[in-house]
Amino acid sequence: MTAPIPVLRLEGIVKTFPGVRALDGVSLSVMPGEVHALMGENGAGKSTLMKVLGGIHAPDTGQIFIAEEPTVMTSPQQAKAKGVVFIHQELSLADELSVAENIFLGELPLKSFGRVDWTKLYADTDAILKTLNVGFDAKTRVGDLSIANQQMVEIGRALTVNPRAVIFDEPTASLTDAEKVVLFKVIADLQTKGVGIIYISHRMEEIFKITDRISVLRDGQYRGTLTTADTSEDEVTQLMIGRSLDLSRNTSHHALGDVALEVRGLCCGKLFHDVSFALRKGEVLGFYGLVGAGRTEIAETLFGLRTPRAGQILLNGQEVKITSPIEAIRHGISLVPEDRKHQGLVLGMNCRDNMTLPQIDDLTAGPFVSDGAEVAIFDHYRDKLDIRTPGWHQTVGNLSGGNQQKIVIGKWLSMRPQVLIVDEPTRGIDVGSKAEIHNLIRDLGAQGYAVIVISSEMPEVLHVSDRIIAMFSGRVMREFTSEEVTEDNLVQAISGIEANKFVEGR
Amino acid sequence: MTTARYRDALKYGAIWVFILVELAFFSIAGEFMSTSDKAFMDFDNMLLLLKQSAPIGIIALGMTIIMINGNIDLSVGATYALAAIVLLDSMTWPALQAMGDWAIPVAWGLALLTGAVLGAINGLIVWKTGVDAFIVTLGSMLGYRGLVFMINGEQPTSHLNWTLVDFAEAQFLGLHTATWFLLITALALWLLMTRTVHGRNAYAIGNNREAAVNAGIRVGPHMVWNFVLIGFLAALSAVVFYSESGSVNPNDGMLFELWAITAVVLGGTKLTGGYGSILSTLGGVIAIQLLRKGLGHIGAATETVNLVIGLILIAVLLLDRQLNRKGQEELKI
Repeated sequence: MTAPIPVLRLEGIVKTFPGVRALDGVSLSVMPGEVHALMGENGAGKSTLMKVLGGIHAPDTGQIFIAEEPTVMTSPQQAKAKGVVFIHQELSLADELSVAENIFLGELPLKSFGRVDWTKLYADTDAILKTLNVGFDAKTRVGDLSIANQQMVEIGRALTVNPRAVIFDEPTASLTDAEKVVLFKVIADLQTKGVGIIYISHRMEEIFKITDRISVLRDGQYRGTLTTADTSEDEVTQLMIGRSLDLSRNTSHHALGDVALEVRGLCCGKLFHDVSFALRKGEVLGFYGLVGAGRTEIAETLFGLRTPRAGQILLNGQEVKITSPIEAIRHGISLVPEDRKHQGLVLGMNCRDNMTLPQIDDLTAGPFVSDGAEVAIFDHYRDKLDIRTPGWHQTVGNLSGGNQQKIVIGKWLSMRPQVLIVDEPTRGIDVGSKAEIHNLIRDLGAQGYAVIVISSEMPEVLHVSDRIIAMFSGRVMREFTSEEVTEDNLVQAISGIEANKFVEGR
Repeated sequence: MTTARYRDALKYGAIWVFILVELAFFSIAGEFMSTSDKAFMDFDNMLLLLKQSAPIGIIALGMTIIMINGNIDLSVGATYALAAIVLLDSMTWPALQAMGDWAIPVAWGLALLTGAVLGAINGLIVWKTGVDAFIVTLGSMLGYRGLVFMINGEQPTSHLNWTLVDFAEAQFLGLHTATWFLLITALALWLLMTRTVHGRNAYAIGNNREAAVNAGIRVGPHMVWNFVLIGFLAALSAVVFYSESGSVNPNDGMLFELWAITAVVLGGTKLTGGYGSILSTLGGVIAIQLLRKGLGHIGAATETVNLVIGLILIAVLLLDRQLNRKGQEELKI
C-alpha cells in the first residue's frame, strides 16, 4: 500500500426534510489512524450527517465510500458489519442485563439448539474489557455501573467487530476528568490499530488535545477542514459561527418601561442558586450559559413547572406564588419551551387549535367553542408573524420548524403576556427562519413586551438581547449590558473562569 | 393540507365503506347460501341490528373519548353488570315498591349514579396515583366483578316491571328505545368532542400531554370527568338493556370492554391517543354487529364469527399502519 486510502469518505451528501435543508453537499474523509473532529453549532447538521452515515436517513444525493468502495448504508447494524461503529451520546443499554449481554446484544454466541454459549460470551467480553482496562467484569449488571463505565460498555460494543471507523458523539459530556483520560487512552489505542475516528464535540480543549484534523459544518454546509496543529480556536470558531446570518450586535435603544418581573434570591436545589434579576417592559434579557447551567430550570420555575426552594418572584412589584403553569398563565407569564415538539405543540392538531389552546375556555358561545373567534385569532397572528401555512386546518406536525415556532410564539402573544420567556428560540430552525425569529423577538421588545431569551448560541444572544446574564453551574456569574459585552468576557463568564475569581474575591 | 384532509377522509370514511361492502356481500351471498328466504337487508332486520348494537355501542362511544384521551377502561363490563344489579334489585326494595311506577326513574337514577361513581373511582386513582389507566382499570375490573358476585351470589337477579318492559320494547318513529339511546348518545358525544372545550382538550391531552399541561389545561380533573362519563355510559347501557330483559347473571357484561375497544379501533381511533372520532366508532359498532348477523345469515357456524372479526381487526390495523407510515416519516426529523 503506497498512499494510504481513507477508511471512510463522504462525498456531496445532501439531505432535505420538509422545510429544512439539513445537509447541503457535505464531504468528509477520515484516514486510518486519524482522529477527525466534526464541529458545528447545534442544528449545523452533525447528527443528521451521522444518521446518514449510519443508514437511518437515506441521503437525497451523495455517496459514501468505505475504503474507497461505494457503499449504501441501510441500517446501523449493516454499518457495523462494514466496520463503521457509532458510540452515541445517549447511552442505549439495557440496564437489567449484564455487561456481556449488552456488548454482544443481538449477536450472542450460540451453541446448538439456539442456546447461548455463556462461557464463550463471558470470555470474549472479558477480553474486550481488558483492552479497555476497566474495573468491572462481564457479569456485572449494567444498571449498577456508573455513567462513565456504561460509556465504556458502549465502547466495548464497538470492539466486537474489527472496526475501520468509530464515531464518538459527544463522548465526554458526562465524564469526569479522570474518566476522560481513560477514554482518550482507548481512542489512542484504536488509533495505533489504524482505526479512523470521527470525534464530535463542542469542547475546544479536547479537540485540540486529541484530534488531527477538524472539519466544520454550519447550517448544513461543509465549511472546510483544518489541520489541528496549524489552526487556532479562533479560526475554528469563525468557521463555525460564520457571518452568513445578520448577527450584528443589538444596538437599538428604545425607552424601557417599568420593571415587569423581578426575581430575588431564587433557589431550586442543586439546579440553581441565589438567582436575582429584574426585567423591564420593552427589554429583551438574554440568558447565556452552557447546557446544564440552570437557565431552562429557571424558566421552568417561573412558569410553575418547578417549585423553588427559596426566593421571591415579583410581577409588577407584587409578589406572586406560581405553583403550576395554570397560575403562571393567569399571571401573564408565558413560556416558549426548548423542545417545541414535545413541550410546546400538539403535533397532531391543526394550527388554529394549537394557537388557541390556552385560551379556548374564553372562546365559547354557549356550550360550544366559537369557530369564528378562533379563526379570527389565528388569522391575526398568522399575518402578524408571517406564518406560512396553507390554512388553519394544516396539521402542525407538517409545518417547518420556523413556522412551528411562530405558532408557539403566536399562541402566547395572543394571551397578551406580561413576561414572555423564549427558550432556545431557533433550535432546529433553518437560517432564513432564524433571522425572522430574531427580528420578531427584537420587535417584541420594541413593542414593549418584557422578554427573556435563553440561548446556547452566542451570536444569537448578542444579537437579540438588550442585556445578558451569564450563568455557570446554576449561578448568575455576571450581567452585561449590550455595550460592555464582548465574546471574550462572555465566554469567560460562562466557562467558570470567573467563578474562581468570584469565589476568591469574596 | 389536502393530503392531511384526504387521509382523514380515508381514515374516518373507511369504516362506512366497509359497512357498505358487508351489506353488499351478505345480500348477494345470502341469495345463494341463506337458509331463510328473507332478504338480508330486510328493514326490520336492520332495525333489530341497530337495537342489538346498543349495549356495546353506548359503551364503545364512551371508550372512544377515553382512548382519544390516551387512557383505556377495562372495567366497563363489570360496571355494566353492577349497574344492572342495582337497577333490578332496587326495584324490589320496599321503599321503591311503595312508589309504584315512580320507582322506575329512581331505580334508573340509582343505577346511573352507581356507574358514575365507579367511573369516578377509576379516574381519581389514575389521577392521584399516576398509575397507568390500563393497570388501574384491570384492577377495578376484577374488583367490580368481585362486588357483583358478593352482592348477587351465583344466582341471577331478576325483576320484571311491565311498565318498564313496555317502555324498552316501544318503537318511536320505527326505532326501538335502545336505538334511540344509542343515537342520542352518539350525537351528544359527537358534539362534545367536536364542538366543546372539553373535547378539544381531550384530543390535546391524548396527543401531547406535556404540551397540554404547558398550555394550562387541568389534565387530572379532565381525565376524571372522562372516567365518570364512561362509567355513566356503561350504566346507561345496562339500564337500557335490562329494562327489557329483567334478569341479570353475575357473568353478564364480561368481555364487553374488549368488544367496545374492538369497535373503537375498527373505527380508526388510535390506541396511543390524540386521534379518533365518535361517528367512526358508531360505524365500528354497526360493522361488528353486521358481521355477526351476516355470518349467521349465510349459515356460517356461530363459532366462526369471532375468528372472522379477529382477522378483520388485524387486517384493519395493518392497513392503518400502511396508510400512516408516510405521515409519521414527516414528523420524525
